[in-house]
Amino acid sequence: MSDPISAMNMARFDGIARIEETGLHGMITLRGDLASKPLKAAATAVAGVAFPGANEANCEDDTGICWMSPDEALVMCPYDTVKAGVAQMQKALARQHVLVVNVSDARAVFQVSGPSAREVMAKLCPVDLSPEAFKPGMFRRTRMAQVAAAFWMVDDQTFRIVCFRSVADYVFSLLRVAAQPGSEVGCF
Amino acid sequence: MLILTCPYCGITADETELAPGGEAHLKRHGPGSGDDEFHSYLFTRENPRGVHFERWRHAYGCGKWFHAARDTMTLEVFGTYKAQTTEPPKEVRAAITARHPGWSWRDFS
Amino acid sequence: MSHRLADHGRLIDRSKRIGFSFNGAPLAGHPGDTLASALLANARMMVGRSFKYHRARGVVASGAEEPNALMNMGQGATFEPNQRATTTELFDGLTARSQNHWPSLDFDIGAINTHLSRFLPAGFYYKMFMYPRAFWKHVYEPFIRQSAGLGQAPRERDCDTYEHFYAFTDVLVIGGGIAGLLAAHAAAQSGAKVLVLEQTAFWGGRSPVDGGTVDGVPVEQAIEKIVGELEEMDNVTLRTRCMGAGVYDHGYVLGYERLTDHLPVAEGPRHRLWRIRAAQVITATGAIERPLSFAGNDVPGVMLASAMRDYAVNYGVAAGRRIVIATNNDDAYRTALCLKKAGLDVVRVLDARSIGGGALMEEARAEGIRIDCGRAIAKVTGGKRVRKVKICAQDGIGGALEDIDCDAVAMSGGWSPVVHLWSHCGGKLVWDEDQAHFRPDPERPPTGPDGAGFVTAAGAANGILSLDGALKDATAAGRAAAKAAGFKPRRTAAPTGDSVAEAPLEPVWLMPRAAQVSLRSKSWLDFQNDVKVSDVQLAAREGFESVEHTKRYTTLGMATDQGKLSNINGLAILSDALGQPIPATGTTTFRPPYTPISMGAIAGEARGEVFQPLRKTPMHDWHAAHGADWEPVGHWRRPYAFLRDGERVHDAVEREVKNTRQALGLLDASTLGKLLVKGPDAGRFLDMLYTNMMSTLKPGHCRYGLMCSENGFLIDDGVVARINEDTFLCHTTTGGADRIHGMMEEWLQTEWWDWQVYVANLTEQFAQVAVVGPNARKVLEKLGGMDVSAKTLPFMGWADGRIGGFDCRVYRISFSGELSFEIAVPASQGLAFWTALIAAGEEFGVMPYGTEALHIMRAEKGFIMIGDETDGTVIPQDLGLDWAISRKKDDYLGKRAQQRPHMTDPGRWKLVGLETLDGSVLPDGAYAVAPGRNANGQRNTQGRVTSTYHSPTLGRGIAMGLALKGPERMGEVLEFAGTDGKTTSARIVDPVFYDKDGEKQNV
Repeated sequence: MSDPISAMNMARFDGIARIEETGLHGMITLRGDLASKPLKAAATAVAGVAFPGANEANCEDDTGICWMSPDEALVMCPYDTVKAGVAQMQKALARQHVLVVNVSDARAVFQVSGPSAREVMAKLCPVDLSPEAFKPGMFRRTRMAQVAAAFWMVDDQTFRIVCFRSVADYVFSLLRVAAQPGSEVGCF
Repeated sequence: MLILTCPYCGITADETELAPGGEAHLKRHGPGSGDDEFHSYLFTRENPRGVHFERWRHAYGCGKWFHAARDTMTLEVFGTYKAQTTEPPKEVRAAITARHPGWSWRDFS
Repeated sequence: MSHRLADHGRLIDRSKRIGFSFNGAPLAGHPGDTLASALLANARMMVGRSFKYHRARGVVASGAEEPNALMNMGQGATFEPNQRATTTELFDGLTARSQNHWPSLDFDIGAINTHLSRFLPAGFYYKMFMYPRAFWKHVYEPFIRQSAGLGQAPRERDCDTYEHFYAFTDVLVIGGGIAGLLAAHAAAQSGAKVLVLEQTAFWGGRSPVDGGTVDGVPVEQAIEKIVGELEEMDNVTLRTRCMGAGVYDHGYVLGYERLTDHLPVAEGPRHRLWRIRAAQVITATGAIERPLSFAGNDVPGVMLASAMRDYAVNYGVAAGRRIVIATNNDDAYRTALCLKKAGLDVVRVLDARSIGGGALMEEARAEGIRIDCGRAIAKVTGGKRVRKVKICAQDGIGGALEDIDCDAVAMSGGWSPVVHLWSHCGGKLVWDEDQAHFRPDPERPPTGPDGAGFVTAAGAANGILSLDGALKDATAAGRAAAKAAGFKPRRTAAPTGDSVAEAPLEPVWLMPRAAQVSLRSKSWLDFQNDVKVSDVQLAAREGFESVEHTKRYTTLGMATDQGKLSNINGLAILSDALGQPIPATGTTTFRPPYTPISMGAIAGEARGEVFQPLRKTPMHDWHAAHGADWEPVGHWRRPYAFLRDGERVHDAVEREVKNTRQALGLLDASTLGKLLVKGPDAGRFLDMLYTNMMSTLKPGHCRYGLMCSENGFLIDDGVVARINEDTFLCHTTTGGADRIHGMMEEWLQTEWWDWQVYVANLTEQFAQVAVVGPNARKVLEKLGGMDVSAKTLPFMGWADGRIGGFDCRVYRISFSGELSFEIAVPASQGLAFWTALIAAGEEFGVMPYGTEALHIMRAEKGFIMIGDETDGTVIPQDLGLDWAISRKKDDYLGKRAQQRPHMTDPGRWKLVGLETLDGSVLPDGAYAVAPGRNANGQRNTQGRVTSTYHSPTLGRGIAMGLALKGPERMGEVLEFAGTDGKTTSARIVDPVFYDKDGEKQNV
């Protein structure tokens, strides 16, 4: 076993916002009836946070749960514990009709931070990112320019973005272009 | 550039986040069906100037397929509803009736 | 001559001078100037040539409506043609060149066209370039291409960057004139979020030029106060240099912001395209003055009366020293008074109305300006600038009564509201008889998703031309929009405007009313495209009754200004020629954008390296460092072949095939789709998706499967591995992963929603490497770990384990016919695993191979490839894949369609192998010819080539193809027609060229 490497190997860029790849994260796709108590219990046991409502993300540091769709959640945990997390959830939900699968390597995670972070994101996503409309705790799946992405806010000036690993280079470049010096919009 | 509200996640999505899926409420015909009804299932589509029922997928969002009742001319949206149904719900039909009394579309009215 | 006045110029800073160049000549202006005002200040009255007749053209307007002053702007990587001088802010170092002339602006060969204009009427090109047919290609088209286009195309790549910005607002106000600002203010007081876009660099629009008071305060001060208040409000965003470009469905609006066009050098993007969603839109876009149609109205020095006033008040620039004014309304007297006050000689006002105007006229007369009522311009004389005006009676044919020497002419034909943005998305217009213009019909606005109107017009854009009326209208519009957006507007009184009352205008569409043909053929409607009154009348005579047809026949309004000045005048002339009222003729369609916007703004960030997403496997960088010659597959880049130093692609492919067959090859197969299907109904679901039976597959085993659409056509193939009782992993083609995943979700969500199945797309979770060749097992055994012997892991089996310390899943499947293991490891270890295989494989002769070697090897084995053997019209039965179609199943997607008569026709073309008689390679896609010809005189066909390669293994050309009753015709020779006129003979053979018994893969 050799050291696993993330898609962009922790690349970073400083423009009107700081763009950085945050490395590998444990991510588990959980499909099933999100209203089911055993399912929620299994997810929260691994992530250590309360199960989120629709279009919400409960994330703390490396752990969390994101609401993906009415029958899908993304459970986050440290990368080195993901196998244990998958096994734990599979065991807990062995009698349920669910799908629990490790998708940590299929994704890349970026952080966009700084006073202009909202503007950088609003250049790429057809989403109302004004402070009144999008707040920490919310979760949104949408597109960033031409690829699918999902994001939430760690705090009022910091976004976490999840995208597919194969387009990590594209997404990083997009963010770099959107955060180029001199491109503040002054809207939010 | 339409905006439609996904009935699954409640997001009001930009058309660029959605994928169109053609006419709604088609009944699948498989083996054992007659040539005419199978032909109609594959190829015959409504093309109305006015009330229409369509399928859309919240492709860049929650990934769910849903139905939309829409006026193809004015682009008024009478309602969106989940795909797990074979007919438009009552409130959507009522919204259409309020705007187009006496409307009909295929077997619905 | 035009010149800078000693005073005036509210927008310029006279304390500073900035240098610019025009046609290479160094000139100077002031900060705040537009290029147009600076050119006029430098006595440059002639600024370009017209499109068709190459007539001299001067600045005619002061804003976005300008048809004439178009420039080639900038140089090299910042070069851009067709930029309007009137909306270009002057900056230090600006370089501009005039357009559409050769060799120079002053002396232009093309100007001969103006003398030929009698022979170049409307529709000339349509009539002239018809016959003889052979002339089209060699004479007419080159001629037209030579003369087409205004500016030059840029030669260098644009060095600037651009971006989009998604904005959401309750109320969007387009236009930052007094009406827009007041509407924004009224809306914002409700608490609604308000965004205001103003296309110029300053607030207030025309009102500071026109004058008057707001609640007793001069307009200019009132504007400052309102802007100050708006700036203080948290819920208001103000943007200057940002044009509302288009209004689209459901409150979608494009704003075009020019960030650095007014600066010599600046970092950051040049343009930003605002992609706005607004609950309500207010169009406060003002009005545009109409020219008057008289002979010589295109001579440099003839200008809109309002523009002449703008240049004097805003920039301290006079269009001339001796000025004649022609009008049909009172507003032109504001120009007369303004010019007089600036110390210029207003030699005459020709008021086409027999009784003249009201208070403003009296004021002008009191200032000593001579006013002739019922008079008109018969003709303006002068070539490159105005020299003289011939005066006549408006009610006549143009017999000259008097000649007046002058150097500039101001014309005012009344005002047309800018209804473009109202109309873009379906807002309807009404004809206002009193003001002789179209204005928005408040009863028929564009409608949004709720079926209610979402656009309100305000102020002059709504046909309210008086100051007080506009203030009231704008305040009401702001309140109404806020209310419609779900807010509660505050009840504050609208301010009161005070301006002089005006007498009614009299519509004047031609000057003089019954102008003789010699005058009509010199009376311009469309200055840029050279369309004259006589052209529109000719079109009407020739039967072009629809305004849309007339537009295209004459090219009226089809220039870059889209007829902002010409449309109403043109359709009035057309209506008159057709003997019908103007509303019966109607307008042409208003289409976005309002003025041209840059290609860069439309593309936004999507250029250069982020033009489109490139998908990369975890081993991408290794491939790049090892000579990968890339092939796009969907958005992926896959190595086509790995080139060694000095190697040609063909040679690399040959080497890779031979080495894989003889020693050891590695293929990066990470891009193949990997869909996990799980649930109690997973087997039943896959039985519906695949043509063969998947539910009977045993855990630990793999099965090749075919997927069809409901139309019966083969759409994807791949190997399915059963993981456990309720879980399958379905491999798809590289291009099919997302599509097939989507299809699975679609059927599960919309048809079989009661089936218990979940799907997850794991394509990118794993890096997958095909380890292929006689030495494949050896390298894995060397790396060590799990047992990969034929006994433990037989052909079409799979197992989880570890190899060389890597967690992996190994599939014994082969797409090459060789001993082959496809090994999946987590993507984050893909590169490490690949390099470990390369290192361990060295002693076994390992080489990476690309997609072309893959294709050749599969073709040698007679394996089909989706996209080569299939094209959306091919069913599995055509490809001899009946063995993969279950007869036991009642149903699968495509089964019913495959029973349709056309699908069961024995005359369908079917898959065969093809072997050229001379060993050459058949041309790809070539058709096999059959005796006789079809209805189009083409040779009949009986088959076509679907895949064709040079086989390094066999040392000859091999091909697969579809042929009429092919499998029944083994040994027959077909003739394939190439595009070079030659035919190639090929024999029908078994499509499996290599290792027919499959001994090599099964060891």
